Parts: sequence; C-alpha cells; structure tokens
Amino acid sequence: MSHKMNAEQENMLRNIGIVDFVTVEMTEYLDTHPFDREAMEYFNHYMRMKNQMMRDYAVKYGPLSLSAADTCSKEWKWALQPMPWEGGC
Amino acid sequence: MWNYEKRLQFPVKITQPNAKLAQVIISQFGGPDGELAASMRYLSQRYSMPYNEVAGLLTDIGTEELAHMEMICAIVYQLTKDLSMDEIVASGFDKYYVDHTLALWPQSAGGVPFNACVFQSKGDAITDLTEDMAAEQKARTTYDNILRLVHDQEVCDPIRFLRAREIVHFQRFGEALRIVQDKLDSKNFYAFNPEFDRCKN
Repeated sequence: MSHKMNAEQENMLRNIGIVDFVTVEMTEYLDTHPFDREAMEYFNHYMRMKNQMMRDYAVKYGPLSLSAADTCSKEWKWALQPMPWEGGC
Repeated sequence: MWNYEKRLQFPVKITQPNAKLAQVIISQFGGPDGELAASMRYLSQRYSMPYNEVAGLLTDIGTEELAHMEMICAIVYQLTKDLSMDEIVASGFDKYYVDHTLALWPQSAGGVPFNACVFQSKGDAITDLTEDMAAEQKARTTYDNILRLVHDQEVCDPIRFLRAREIVHFQRFGEALRIVQDKLDSKNFYAFNPEFDRCKN
C-alpha cells in the first residue's frame, strides 16, 4: 500500500498544504467579516495560487481533487493516487 | 455537496508505532469532544440557522472538522500499523483489536461507542452557538491533555496544529454569536427565538 513519493512531489504537496491553509483560515474569517476588503484580496491571491498549484500537481502526479484534474489525460490517475493517511505527506 | 481532496490538511508521518498512545488519541475521533461530534454538531445545526453568514460558518467549520477527523484517523492508523501480537497484548490494545482488528472505529479512549447524544442541535441560535464555543474549548482541553501524554515529535506536531484550530474556531463562533445578538432585540436577547418565532426584524 505504501507509496514512495519523490522529493519534488513531496515538496509540491507540502506547499499546496501551506497555501490551502491560508484559504481555509480566510474563508472562516470572511464568513464573519464579509466586507473586509483586505481579507478578500488576501483570499483571492492565495486561492488563485492554490488553483494553479493543484493544476500543476495534477499534470505531473495526478489530481488531488477531481476539479483540478488534467482534462487532457488519457488515464484515470485519480484511482492510482496514494491515500493520504499512508504517510506520504 | 462536497468535494474530496486526496491529501491531509496537515502532514501526518509517524514512524514509531505506539498502540498505547493510539488508544488515547482515538478519543478525538469518536469521543465526547472529538472531531466526528464537532463536524456532525455544526453540519446538523446549520439548516435552521436563519442568518446566512452564520449558516455559512457552520458549514465551513463543519467541513474543516471532517479534515481534522481524517488527520486523527491517520494518526491512529499509523500508530497501530504493523503491530506484532506481543505488542498488541503488551499495550492493552487487545480489547480493541478483538472487535476491530486494526480498523478505525469511532469510540472514546474509554471504549464508549460514538453517540449523537454528546452534541446538541437545539434549534435556537444563541443556545447552539454557546454550545459550539464550549465544544471548541472542550476539544482544546482534550488536546492539552493528549499533549501531556505525547513525547514523540511526529505525533506532537499534528496534535498542536489541531489544538490551535480549536482556538481559532472558538473565536469565529464568538463573532457569530455577536452577529446573531446584533440582529436580536437589544433589550432582551431572549424575546424571541429567530430559528422558530416568526417575529423576525
């Protein structure tokens, strides 16, 4: 079951986690401060960054989310992804 | 509806199995102040919540709690992976093992099965948000208690992350309670229940 990731894959996954954390934190903050424009810009910036990183990761290693899947792919990489609880990252 | 991302919210990479510790940490899966109860509490309360920003917050925090539940399960799974029969017996994990082998099942550290009675969905905005704030503090205390028992850095890091999220959510629910109170009768917050009585302003 254990899937060995290379250093680049592990690094990309770690960076996606960091950027995603900003979007989670800003989502909940904006829920109670929907008119905070500075927070909104912050969210937009990091959400764009995350979307791009998710697409870049999907092309190289397969999709982490089906909404970020590489739609030119000829193989179903989703099923071949390591499960996150296996300790890959 | 939901979308799944095949990654953990915070990395869990444990190299030293420890079944004794797993039996304590499993409480944050299926115990009274665990992540499953947290998620089900917020995702149940949101439907009748009449204020969009508060219903949205319950949805988003309830969703994040699912990601926390997955992290706790990953910790327990990795702490109990590849155990020998001797280790299973010596650590006292045999009582869990006999019913579930090495699978994840929601229970408290004391072996009590997950039960929806550990949370409320009362249908009164002040009551529910006050419960939600208490729930975040109870979970924070549980993580503090766990941290006193953990000496392995690989386990400490994700547990500390989860503990910090409880404090942030407590803050957000406090703001949500304030939003609700601002919409109520300032002379008497209990004059009507905005989730039931029709005299909304």
